[in-house]
Amino acid sequence: MRVNFTVNGRPQEADDVWEGESLLYVLRERLGLPGSKNACEQGECGSCTVRLDGVPVCSCLVAAGQVEGREVVTVEGLADYAKQRAEHSGACGTGACGSSASDGKQGTALQAAQQWSAKGTDSQTGEGTELSPIQQAFIDAGAVQCGFCTPGLLVAADEMLERNPSPSDEDIREALSGNLCRCTGYEKILDAVRLAAARQERQGEAV
Amino acid sequence: MSQNTRVASAPAGTPTKVTQGSKTKGGIGESTLRPDGTLKVTGEFAYSSDMWHEDMLWGQLLRSPVAHAEIVSIDTSEALAQAGVYAVLTYDDLPTEVKNYGLEIQDTPVLANGRVRHHGEPVALVAADHPETARRAAAKIKVEYKELPVVTDEASATAPDAPLLHPGRDDHHAGHVPHPNIVHRQPIIRGNADEAAKKADVIVSGEYVFGMQDQAFLGPESGLAVPAEDGGVDLYVATQWLHSDLRQIAPVLGLPEEKVRMTLSGVGGAFGGREDLSMQIHACLLALRTGKPVKIVYNRFESFFGHVHRHPAKLWYEHGATKDGKITHMKCRIVLDGGAYASASPAVVGNASSLAVGPYVIDDVDIEAIALYTNNPPCGAMRGFGAVQACFAYEAQMDKLAKKLGMDPVEFRQLNAMEQGTLMPTGQPVDSPAPVAELLRRVKARPLPPERQWESTEGADVRALPGGLSNTTHGEGVVRGVGYAVGIKNVGFSEGFDDYSTAKVRMEVINGEAVATVHTAMAEVGQGGITVHAQIARTELGVTQVTINPADTQVGSAGSTSASRQTYVTGGAVKNSCELVREKVLELGRRKFGTYHPAWATAELVLEAGKVVTDGGEVLADLVDVLEDEVVEIEAEWRHRPTEAFDLRTGQGNGHVQYSFAAHRAVVEVDTELGLVKVIELACAQDVGKALNPLSVVGQIQGGTTQGLGVAVMEEIIVDPKTAKVRNPSFTDYLIPTILDTPTIPVDVLELADDHAPYGLRGIGEAPTLSSTPAVLAAIRNATGLELNKTPVRPEHLTGTL
Amino acid sequence: MDFLRPASWEEALAAKAEHPTAVPIAGGTDVMVEINFDHRRPEYLLDLNRVELLNEWEVGEENVRLGASVPYTRIMEHLRAELPGLALASHTVASPQIRNRGGVGGNLGTASPAGDAHPALLAAGAEVEVESVRGSRFIPIDEFYTGVKRNALAPDELIKTVHIKKADGPQQYSKVGTRNAMVIAVCAFGLALHPETRTVRTGIGSAAPTPVRAKEAEDFLNAALEEGGFWESGKIITPSIAKQFAELASGACNPIDDVRGTAKYRRHAVGIMARRTLGWTWEQYRGTGRTLEGAA
Repeated sequence: MRVNFTVNGRPQEADDVWEGESLLYVLRERLGLPGSKNACEQGECGSCTVRLDGVPVCSCLVAAGQVEGREVVTVEGLADYAKQRAEHSGACGTGACGSSASDGKQGTALQAAQQWSAKGTDSQTGEGTELSPIQQAFIDAGAVQCGFCTPGLLVAADEMLERNPSPSDEDIREALSGNLCRCTGYEKILDAVRLAAARQERQGEAV
Repeated sequence: MSQNTRVASAPAGTPTKVTQGSKTKGGIGESTLRPDGTLKVTGEFAYSSDMWHEDMLWGQLLRSPVAHAEIVSIDTSEALAQAGVYAVLTYDDLPTEVKNYGLEIQDTPVLANGRVRHHGEPVALVAADHPETARRAAAKIKVEYKELPVVTDEASATAPDAPLLHPGRDDHHAGHVPHPNIVHRQPIIRGNADEAAKKADVIVSGEYVFGMQDQAFLGPESGLAVPAEDGGVDLYVATQWLHSDLRQIAPVLGLPEEKVRMTLSGVGGAFGGREDLSMQIHACLLALRTGKPVKIVYNRFESFFGHVHRHPAKLWYEHGATKDGKITHMKCRIVLDGGAYASASPAVVGNASSLAVGPYVIDDVDIEAIALYTNNPPCGAMRGFGAVQACFAYEAQMDKLAKKLGMDPVEFRQLNAMEQGTLMPTGQPVDSPAPVAELLRRVKARPLPPERQWESTEGADVRALPGGLSNTTHGEGVVRGVGYAVGIKNVGFSEGFDDYSTAKVRMEVINGEAVATVHTAMAEVGQGGITVHAQIARTELGVTQVTINPADTQVGSAGSTSASRQTYVTGGAVKNSCELVREKVLELGRRKFGTYHPAWATAELVLEAGKVVTDGGEVLADLVDVLEDEVVEIEAEWRHRPTEAFDLRTGQGNGHVQYSFAAHRAVVEVDTELGLVKVIELACAQDVGKALNPLSVVGQIQGGTTQGLGVAVMEEIIVDPKTAKVRNPSFTDYLIPTILDTPTIPVDVLELADDHAPYGLRGIGEAPTLSSTPAVLAAIRNATGLELNKTPVRPEHLTGTL
Repeated sequence: MDFLRPASWEEALAAKAEHPTAVPIAGGTDVMVEINFDHRRPEYLLDLNRVELLNEWEVGEENVRLGASVPYTRIMEHLRAELPGLALASHTVASPQIRNRGGVGGNLGTASPAGDAHPALLAAGAEVEVESVRGSRFIPIDEFYTGVKRNALAPDELIKTVHIKKADGPQQYSKVGTRNAMVIAVCAFGLALHPETRTVRTGIGSAAPTPVRAKEAEDFLNAALEEGGFWESGKIITPSIAKQFAELASGACNPIDDVRGTAKYRRHAVGIMARRTLGWTWEQYRGTGRTLEGAA
């Protein structure tokens, strides 16, 4: 079957998709976006977390056919997503105002998600790459070791900070409880999220 | 970042900052950031499962559904007839006479040869144009099995009529083992334990059981094999040791090693689980057969069958002590279940036996360790490697002894703690700092976390209570406990192994700046070795910009990323090659500028911040001017001090390179009615010799600590004793700690230099995995008063409902 | 395999009538695991994501009409007052990512005894509205579970709405797992006080072939509370009543030994959870008479 949907702001078409394929497989093997990771394929580890119409989900548990016409953001588009959120947040200043309570949905409203698109980056060395605050914080805090859990954690943590710009430690733990990490013992991941939250807050004060 | 992290330079002193190793920015001792960090946070870092090639096929394995059977017949015709299927291979299709592989003993069939010995053993291979096509075809391969009785423990393995896992063994352990279903046996006898026992005022003994732990690295086994025009193959794979893989792969393919070109792809964690081959040979066979690139990616279910696990163990221990708290003797017997194939079992036996005493002074010991061949899943390397199981048992014994003597468990340990100069039970002197008592003092001196930490203004925060989000208690039945443990781990490959590494270092001027390139075959598996290599090059060569080339087999072996050895050994090799490069650069400088300044001939010269500088700080020349358009490049092997084999009867011998020590204090809260545990804090103190990268050091310690926590309270591969089949091969039922299960892990880093090691460093990756498990167990015992001789502790153990 | 994408409820019913073997997929949190691990190869997948009415809920006078696909996250956020037991149960479901996708319809469709929603539905009292091209019917929750992973649905029927009684008193939910988050129930217990009818209802998960109520325990407690005048006086429930209630709840289990836990432990833990959830709800009832939200 054919599936049309938007990934990181760009319309995508996948052809000859086997009906049992997951969104994760289509992203990784058909669209050249292997950033979302295939660690368990059973919704237990969160490595494949993407945003589907703004909501964090395990892309391994979304059937490819289910994303027809929908919006997906992956780790590859996270930096641009965060940048455009900050630019569009205007009065908010903290960059944490993506969620819209009025329609009863959590996360970024579909409209907001449609207003941006990803820009190309240098994929060879990563140099000159503009990072989102949470991505930078993960590097700075030493939250990356093998890095396999990192993309999913970044998507989940970024969404949490959008909803809850000043999380307590227990809030962070709860929000990230669906993302397994085997290397770090999570301490530096907590550090990274605290760091991103603090930087975000300082930025907000500066505005 | 962590407020809890302190770095100290002396055991008894106030913590101070780490001394910087160089005036060149980004050198050793600094917490420089990972060179692969940006790629990893943007999703662009290419892991082995991300590899992709035009026209590639997907490889799929058919694995045995039973643990022990004769294969009566295999019919692949229907599978081959499927549209989109390019190849179906069985044992009969193997191209050469070499059909087995193995790390030490070549006992593992590439594909089953008439017999399967464990659940999930590879039987056949399929290559097809889509993973689903390959799966459907694999399901159409008809295999007729005739089941055989299973060997599952010591009794069934050594029974008179026991089926032999490997009849006709001719490996180098076959001659000294008491039964052919025993892979290796290592006794260690020192003093006279029976005589010494007579001096004991108290004697304690116990039988301990350690469950089968999985490495559970997140990146599944995967890779891409691309057939080459010269008849060879290019293999992109995630492994811990490229050259060891190569040595095992090439003979099976019938290719010379130079025609199997291996490149390390991104590795999603390892922890020992990638020491053995998984999909490497299979992908190459399919690629060579079909003439097309073949990618194999295990899913999580298959991953549980695709790599070896930590040996489950049964351990019997007896200790005696005098009234004043001195340990008189120790006797122990350690039985490790190696499963169907040898893997690293012999070396695990060596470690378990030689480290069975723990970090204590005990002159009279009688130790025996064996590993069994059974029909259980094969077991081999995992972080801690034999020392983990022993530590769990001897630390339980220490608490029992202290309790029986009415002594404080920490003081009792300190009284018996080894120190520099102590003889190991192998007779090997510990010839570098061994601050065991100090590590214990540090974790004990730390203030305890506040009681009833779960209480908030809005009532109980279940997230901070046992059971977490599952809302099982609001404080009812919750009892706190505190426990301590300390451990000893060897660093590097032991028992006479030629444990060398190779580094190629190049220095040149690019765009008006002196830069360095480091090329090794070291597997970066997440530990941060590449970060450290760049730091070493900066320190030694005075450059800012260091390029780390991808690891491949175009450079000499780096040895394995295991045994806590890479910073020591490949770090040592990088340092050594840098020193050789520096000598050549200085020679160049002397030739060009020697006549202008006498210091070129007389002073100790170093390279700092892009310049040649005397030890007095005088700048002699700019490196750009010294090098001009010269390229200085050196590839050299480097070795640490040699070790010796252990005597097969007495276990005597200088078998180990270096020792590493860590201590933990665990604070737990146990819901004693439901048997649920929440670890509140897991403080660690560890001597690292020299923290080359303090941020990475703390990250390693916290990660290792958490893996120890996992096997204390939740992680276990459950094998049905009747069928030897794995019952929980998934992340739904093999549980690893989430962020809500993991406590704060304050880390206290000591830096007592080991003069034998580069920069005085000590391998650090494994020691924290040893002591965290027994510390958590001790804390649970402290909370519940239960004996708890098995890990992981399940709710059933705490509620008497097994 | 065919992928059916009905745009409306009517189209979905028509598709299910035409292909009774079609496997409905909404959140995908059960179905996709089975497909990824090659445990299942249905002829047809019937995607319900585009059927808007399944994502809607409505709070009525007596009941909450909960669309089968309303994600657990929404239940936690928006229905805590009306459905406190189910909101607490929703909070224990797997991970935030799964709670964003999975809904009660999936739990009911799979009918695993370990499904987190079941004990809360049993305790609150609910009816499952199912429909086919032949018409719709309401199945009382007590009659919905017919065996291990079997339910009362006919092959051509789909789950449309769950009608759950609005809470008229405190409700609680506890689940035992061997991890502090993201864990499948070893066993679970839901309890709801219904002061209007002066009854207590319960639900037990993962401790019998199907989710069950502890009927004997309920009967005992209802009688004891009535006899002792507890509903009027709001006095503390005596330990002996709580103990007997817990024992009877434990006795209502018919568990098995499996990798997640022993039968003996499950019986034991259900008893503890029964006692604790009774204590928590009763305290809430005594404290405010009408505090409906879960304490956790």
